[in-house]
Amino acid sequence: MKGLLLAVAGLTAAFLSSASAADKLDPSCSGCHALVKPTDTSLDRLLTRKGPDLWFAGSEFNKDWLVSWLQDPKPIHPAGYPYFKTIKKGEKNDVPDPSKITPHPKLNKADAEAAAEALMNLKAPADLVPAGAFKGDMKGARMGALAFVKFRGCVACHQGENGQGGLSGPELTDAGTRLQPDFIAAYITDPQRFDPHIWMPTSNLKDLDIQRLTAFLVQLGQGDK
Amino acid sequence: MKMQMVAAFAGLVLLLTASTSHAEQSIEQVYGVYCVQCHGLNRNGTGINVPSLSVKPRDHTDAKSMGDSSDEELTKAITEGGLAVNKSVLMPTWGHVLSEEQIKGLVKYLRQVCKCGT
Repeated sequence: MKGLLLAVAGLTAAFLSSASAADKLDPSCSGCHALVKPTDTSLDRLLTRKGPDLWFAGSEFNKDWLVSWLQDPKPIHPAGYPYFKTIKKGEKNDVPDPSKITPHPKLNKADAEAAAEALMNLKAPADLVPAGAFKGDMKGARMGALAFVKFRGCVACHQGENGQGGLSGPELTDAGTRLQPDFIAAYITDPQRFDPHIWMPTSNLKDLDIQRLTAFLVQLGQGDK
Repeated sequence: MKMQMVAAFAGLVLLLTASTSHAEQSIEQVYGVYCVQCHGLNRNGTGINVPSLSVKPRDHTDAKSMGDSSDEELTKAITEGGLAVNKSVLMPTWGHVLSEEQIKGLVKYLRQVCKCGT
């Protein structure tokens, strides 16, 4: 019983702390992004959403990247978000419809730093993004590149090396500077644990594949480091 | 009494019609979220990702080619991905994302789109 009470208290504290971290962000952020884990997990919520969920942003992004991106927000979703609301029929195939794509607001340096600070406090639960999900072996990057382009077909929806790839998923050309390695590994393992109806398939990959893909993505956008 | 029965029956018919069209609408929405990225708004394999695909996605409006695939094969392709039916790895596995009912609905919807098969 005592354990249960402690668990409830812990959960409440976690909820309140993420809620108060969310409160530090400009209220306009929550107009498009979920800053607290949504209780509505229906497909309808996905259909009416205007921007990606950010309730786990502190476990997803690198802070330096956030600070610079918020001051110069180049599109991460090349076809808009969600893509199925921002495309139109083209001559040969569907194309992005710029008239339906709303650019992300640009922040000044001080606001970007404050927003990045608040976003970094929005941590995912430890079982969602386990520390050490990426084991750190960068030697798998070359095989990861092959998996990305050929064997697992990630390139069908994501732009990777040299900006080549599909448009319905977020671009990954600078994944290494933008995303935390443990997040990449955890997200590839099961995207629907983060976002119940997201249009990225769960491919039942073996851990070796996940490690290699993560190594490949971690070095994307980081030059020859 | 007779009037009441007629009214009740009419209400039931309306209710059934509404729920059927809602189900169809939501299967179309499911197609619109997951399938359109490659198979396209025209459902003919011309989605937004097509320029980067090494294998052209299936044209769901092609009665001949779609007619050659059984419901079982379509179900397997959606659930387990292209490799499971000797097709491209670029068709991913949706079995973890979609419910059995949604996949069943999609197969039925594909038959409407191709105007073919069972």
